[in-house]
Amino acid sequence: MTGRRFGHLTDPPASFVIVGARIVEPGTDEVRDLAVVDGVIAADATEEVERIDGRGLTVAPGLCDLHVHLREPGTEGETVESGARAAAHGGFTTICAMPNADPAPDEPNRVRWLLERGAAAASRVRVVAPATRGRAGKRASDLEDLAGAGAIGFSDDGAGVPTDSLAREILERLAALDLPLIEHAEDAGLAAGTVMRAGPTASRLGLAGWPPEAELRIVQRDLALAEATGARVHLTHLSTAEAVEAVRGAKARGVRVTCDVTPHHLALTDAWVAGSRDFAWEEPGPGATLDRAYDGATRVNPPLPDRADALALLAAVEDGTVDAIATDHAPHPAHRKTVPFAEAAPGLIGLETALSLGLAAVEAGRLSLARLLAALSTGPAAIVGETRGLAVGARADLVVFDAAARWHVDEGALASASANTPLLGMALPGVVRMTVAEGRVTYRS
Amino acid sequence: MIVDAPPARTPMGGHLLDVEGLAAAALDRLGDLAVEMREARATRRHRSLLEAETVALAFFEPSTRTRVSFELAAKALGATTVDLAVEASSVRKGESLVDTVRTLERTGVTTLVIRHAAAGAAHLAARTTGMRVVNAGDGAHAHPTQALIDLLTLREALGSVAGRTIAIVGDVEHSRVARSNLHALTSMGARVRVAGPAAWVAGFEAWPGVEVATTLQAALRGADAVMTLRVQLERDATSGPALTDYVRDWRLDDERLTLAAPGAPILHPGPTNEGCEITAELANGPRSLIGRQVENGVPVRMAVLAALAGAA
Repeated sequence: MTGRRFGHLTDPPASFVIVGARIVEPGTDEVRDLAVVDGVIAADATEEVERIDGRGLTVAPGLCDLHVHLREPGTEGETVESGARAAAHGGFTTICAMPNADPAPDEPNRVRWLLERGAAAASRVRVVAPATRGRAGKRASDLEDLAGAGAIGFSDDGAGVPTDSLAREILERLAALDLPLIEHAEDAGLAAGTVMRAGPTASRLGLAGWPPEAELRIVQRDLALAEATGARVHLTHLSTAEAVEAVRGAKARGVRVTCDVTPHHLALTDAWVAGSRDFAWEEPGPGATLDRAYDGATRVNPPLPDRADALALLAAVEDGTVDAIATDHAPHPAHRKTVPFAEAAPGLIGLETALSLGLAAVEAGRLSLARLLAALSTGPAAIVGETRGLAVGARADLVVFDAAARWHVDEGALASASANTPLLGMALPGVVRMTVAEGRVTYRS
Repeated sequence: MIVDAPPARTPMGGHLLDVEGLAAAALDRLGDLAVEMREARATRRHRSLLEAETVALAFFEPSTRTRVSFELAAKALGATTVDLAVEASSVRKGESLVDTVRTLERTGVTTLVIRHAAAGAAHLAARTTGMRVVNAGDGAHAHPTQALIDLLTLREALGSVAGRTIAIVGDVEHSRVARSNLHALTSMGARVRVAGPAAWVAGFEAWPGVEVATTLQAALRGADAVMTLRVQLERDATSGPALTDYVRDWRLDDERLTLAAPGAPILHPGPTNEGCEITAELANGPRSLIGRQVENGVPVRMAVLAALAGAA
């Protein structure tokens, strides 16, 4: 893709005026000018600054991703730098790095090292530390020390906290810190050996099916423990109607629970494993094209939901039960994906396609633009203690995009070091024109 | 499914990855071709039909009858065959499946016959090479040539399977033979009943044209043919019943078979565990088509190899 440029958080602050754009943030949806002077949103700007034609463009608070894998240190597929560029390309200004690295950031100096790696990147990098030492599920991490080093939450992502007693201990200690346990809600025993969502498609393909109870069981445990301890639980990448229904009930009772879903669990379905490329909101076409079946790019954990659950998740974003859309951006080199389906490394990249999939759902009438943008920006930002807003005087942290323009998802267009997404070759709505983080232009096209 | 790939990729044809998507006419045509091949094999009429072809037998799982049957089929048509001895090959040294099949292609192999423990392995090979790919069994997913064999065997025994009721009994969940037969039989207009312990038939209620029976008796009542599946004694029994319970509730014997239509034949993809899923008397008796299934193996695979190569 020509004519695009990445910047860094260490660049000089930007000044510009976007003329006549649609400005969308909670409580606001209006067409007006938006001025930024020296990285701060201003009432107006002098005539010397760049004037950007905002017709057809939407401006929203910068996107915040609670769940990314940056693969540093020690693993392959991405770096902090490439991941942050992918984020900027996707309109994100904050990314929260999950602790699946080798070694995991389970010591304060490792948390600081990662924060330093991100300090000059193309987006803010925040660190989720492991809930248990080495993500081994045996002993709680030194939660207080890791919080002191800057961790914004704790997770053994890739697995749930395995035992109830350990989960309780962690939540009791986190209550005092007022930081969330970010739970990968999956019962390892119930999910053992499974590779895709249980159901007719798994049955047809002869693949071992993942039962929704594997998620619900840990969700129910964590909701009970959150209620008992007063700690914050954030349930990440929920993928079933039953799980979001449990969250809905808990929120009504006043439990301190938040949750996110991924764009791929909203838009893609288990039929994609059989070769379908119909979005969840589209009527399934006649017969999936089997020559695309078993594509390792569609292997992810939790597995792609059935259509009914994807639609239930969309409804839960719209009604606010789901606080955030988080990508679970999981880069893998090609050789870990071009293998038989069950052997493929789980996960797909998402930073650069999240906004686009969301906008496709908006076009289909399954989401409102306001809820989509809240779930991508202000909702997750609040969970990690960041503020977002386009009011005069705020430091500019925003995304400018053309919601109607299309782009082709191909390797050349992706800034990620990996290209493991089943969306390759598809045309999606939503082209990011500019991302501004901390007053700096981190991406421009 | 026979995919007609773009000419640039496979100039002479496509793949046989699955039975799903094969219409009744295509299944009938392959059956007719197999009958012709049976004749041609006896007269050695087609012994140079595929002389320009090199067929690789890449069996990543142990197999005797299927591998031998493919090898004889390829040789009967004059193809060069190469047997990839997986146990001794670079696969054991950690080479990926894709690397292995690409190497076979570079050495001049034109048709890959692949068996693999992972569902979708044949699809992966078809996507990543230009060879014609024949799926000789992928995990629990598909075993299309076995289904073609069973279909031909049933057609010759019953005349036609359209409108007939076929019972498939046993570990359907883990059976690629059962899945391919479900596609083949329903495509031909047969009514299919699957039956077995609950854990082995769960998930099949949603298959179009398939009925799940909860007892052997319900499956057999009025059935025009019965296919029993091999109980995989070697698989650790985490999801199934104890063997003694299975024998008590599900073993096919003379008395139970009286529920089926008079003279209903019995099929089994082999190898059988006599006394387990079927009594030795039935397996070796006059209503058993098990020997006939084996005999049909070579001609059916000759038909598949010739059809894919565009030579028939």
